[in-house]
Amino acid sequence: MSEPFGNPLLVVPDAPGPHQPRSGRRGSGFLDGPLRLGTTPSATVGPYLAIGMTWPDGAWAAEEGTAGAFWIRGRILDGAGDLVADAMVETWQADPDGGFASPEDPRGAASYPGFRGFARSHTADPPGEFAVHTLKPGRVPDGDGGLQAPHIDVSVFARGILDRVVMRIYFADEAEANAEDAVLRALPEDRRSTLLATPADDGYRLDIHLQGERETVFFAV
Amino acid sequence: MTGTTSVGGPHLPRYHREDAALRTPVGFPDYRSTALRAPLRTPVDLAHRLTEVTGPVLGEDRVLPHDADLTLRNGGEAVGQRILVHGRVLDSDGRAVPGALVEVWQANAAGRYRHVGDSFPAPLDPHFDGLGRVVTDSLGRYEFMTVKPGAYPWGNHHNAWRPAHIHFSLFGRAFTQRLVTQMYFPDDPLFGQDPIFNAMPAAARHRAISRFSLERTQENWALAFEWDIVLRGSDQTPFETDDDGDVA
Repeated sequence: MSEPFGNPLLVVPDAPGPHQPRSGRRGSGFLDGPLRLGTTPSATVGPYLAIGMTWPDGAWAAEEGTAGAFWIRGRILDGAGDLVADAMVETWQADPDGGFASPEDPRGAASYPGFRGFARSHTADPPGEFAVHTLKPGRVPDGDGGLQAPHIDVSVFARGILDRVVMRIYFADEAEANAEDAVLRALPEDRRSTLLATPADDGYRLDIHLQGERETVFFAV
Repeated sequence: MTGTTSVGGPHLPRYHREDAALRTPVGFPDYRSTALRAPLRTPVDLAHRLTEVTGPVLGEDRVLPHDADLTLRNGGEAVGQRILVHGRVLDSDGRAVPGALVEVWQANAAGRYRHVGDSFPAPLDPHFDGLGRVVTDSLGRYEFMTVKPGAYPWGNHHNAWRPAHIHFSLFGRAFTQRLVTQMYFPDDPLFGQDPIFNAMPAAARHRAISRFSLERTQENWALAFEWDIVLRGSDQTPFETDDDGDVA
C-alpha cells in the first residue's frame, strides 16, 4: 500500500476482488481508528436518465397555487456554449420560515403547507433549460452565530459528468443578506454572480455554465 | 474537535468525504463526453451546514407495488435471464440506511433502452421498460427482480461497448449522501475497454461489481446477484480532523 501508516484516519484500500466494501483497520487486534466502510464510487447518469429519474411532479417543490411560489428557470451550457439537453437538476432548500422538511434538522423537521423542499427537472423541454417551482427559502443559521443568505443547494447530473456537480442558487435581490453570507463572502467577487439568480417575469433566472469564462462556482461537499 | 459542528447549540453531523484516490473524478479524458461538460476549475470546499446535512424524505409514497419487479410490464413477461438483485444500503460508519428511495434503470436483455435517444438496432421488448423503484427496509435492505441487461455499443471510440450494468440513484438522509452510480456484473470481459468503468480509481472499482449470490438464487426461477451500496457516513465517533472535516 502506498499510504503511510502514521495517520490512523487513513482508509486502507480494499483488497481487489469482486466483493463488498469492507472496513479499514480491521483485524489488527485493536481499534486505532474509526471503522469505516469504503463508499461506493459514483458514475455518470448516462444519456437515458429520463427512464429512471422522471417524476410527473418533479419540478414542483411548491405545489401549484402555493402563495408566493415562483419559477426558477435557467439553461445549462457546456464548454462550447452549447445547450445541455440531457441533464437533470435537483434542488433542496429551506422553506420560507427557514425550516427543512427533514428529520435530520436538529431543530426538528419542519412542515410548510404545499412545500416539500425538493425538486428535480430535466433539461429536455425546452432543450437545455431547467425549471423548478418553489418558494424563496428563509435565512438559516450558519453555525457561527450568523445567518446564511437565502439559498438553494443544487446537484447537476448529466452524461459526460461522472460525479454530480454541486452549486448554490442565491438571489440577486437579497443584496443585504448576500453581503453577510459566509459562503459568498469567501468567493472572489467576480465569481459570486455565477450563483445569483436574477428576477424575471415569473420568478428568477440563472444559467449554469459547466465550463468557460463564466464557469459556475461549483462546490466540493 | 469532534465530528460535529455547533449551530447555536445543536450539533450537526459532518459527512466524511472519501479519499480522492478512491472517488470517481468528475471528468476522465478517455470518456470523451466529459471534455466539454466536466467543470475544469477546482471546486470550492463547502462546509456542511443545515442545508447540506438535511435532505428530502422520499419513501413509499414514491413507489408502486409493481415497481420492484421489472419483468412484468404491460401484461406480459420480459424476455431475458431473470435475476434478483439485492443488497443493503449502508453508510460508511456501517449503519444501515432504512427507508431510503432506490431508483434503478437499465437496458433490456438485448442491450436496448426504451428511450428515444437509443438508436442501437436491437429489439425493444414490449414487456420491459427498464424502470424500477424500491425503498430500503428497516435494516437497509433492498431487492428487485429484473432481467440481466445486455451490453450495448456506443460512440465513444471504435467498437466501444458498455459492460452490462444497472443504473442506481440513491437518496440517503442528507444532501451530502446523494449518489448516482452503476452496478456491474462479475468478470465482465468488457471492463478493460470501458472508460466509464475505468474512470473509477482501480482501488475502488470492485465496489461497483455485484457478487453472484447462490444463496438467494431461486430454484427453477432466477439467478441472484448481491450488491451493497455504501453512502457517506457522518463520522459520529469523535476523533481528530482538520477544519473542513476531511482526513488530513
